[in-house]
Amino acid sequence: MNKLPISDFVVSDGEVNQYYIKLKKQVESSGYHLNPDVEFTKSLLKSIILNDKRYGYESCPCRLAGNDKAEDLDIICPCYYRDPDLDDYGTCYCGLYISSEIFNGKKKLKPIPERRPSPEDREKLKMESTTGILSSSSIPVWRCKVCGYLCARDEPPEICPICTAEKERFEQFN
Amino acid sequence: MPMQHVDGKNEGKIVLYALSTCGWCRKTRMLLEDLNLEYDYIYVDLLEGDEKNEIIEQVKKWNSQLSFPTIVINDEKTIVGFDEEGIKGLPG
Repeated sequence: MNKLPISDFVVSDGEVNQYYIKLKKQVESSGYHLNPDVEFTKSLLKSIILNDKRYGYESCPCRLAGNDKAEDLDIICPCYYRDPDLDDYGTCYCGLYISSEIFNGKKKLKPIPERRPSPEDREKLKMESTTGILSSSSIPVWRCKVCGYLCARDEPPEICPICTAEKERFEQFN
Repeated sequence: MPMQHVDGKNEGKIVLYALSTCGWCRKTRMLLEDLNLEYDYIYVDLLEGDEKNEIIEQVKKWNSQLSFPTIVINDEKTIVGFDEEGIKGLPG
């Protein structure tokens, strides 16, 4: 690990631009949208690159990293909370990923509540789920009726990442 | 404690706990400065060791979720997140 003080890491504009172009392409091809406020988005991406240099993983810029990848797997960008937050609020916690509705200007982007459990609750959850086996009935499986893509999550994605069919064209599979 | 001080109108004691990497934290600072309010802030992600742990415990007392930005007003009231209306209503 680098021994630099935490405030000494730097990220160049070139690195940010390269990352932005790559991510934008990847995100758009899988049915998501980056915030079209390019300045805001690039400042978040700069922070993600910075966190990768600091901690060795691309920790969420809007959450305090614990400098422990195993403890922070849930907040590596894109985080575990992105899609539920997109479903409920049309944006991820940072405002980096947004829904089509906000992307098309039909809804305004607003800050949202933190979905990640508190440090105390995370400890409790860890104790409860020592087996790591998910009950098959706890998470619904959705099937894209266009291409057959299957995913297990609370709601289908806004757009099928394989064939770009819309959410309405998914059916519950299990 | 490495609090940074920003001069402005004194509308009570305003302490902002923030992350240097966070977009909403940046917007919060911009709003406080637009309102020309006097406040102190600290970037928790830039701290290390005991100092960091000490500040984390402080933030948790006000906001058990340890999320940012967290603003503490007059050591008694808390605003969590970039709450534009709440901040405009300071000291409230």
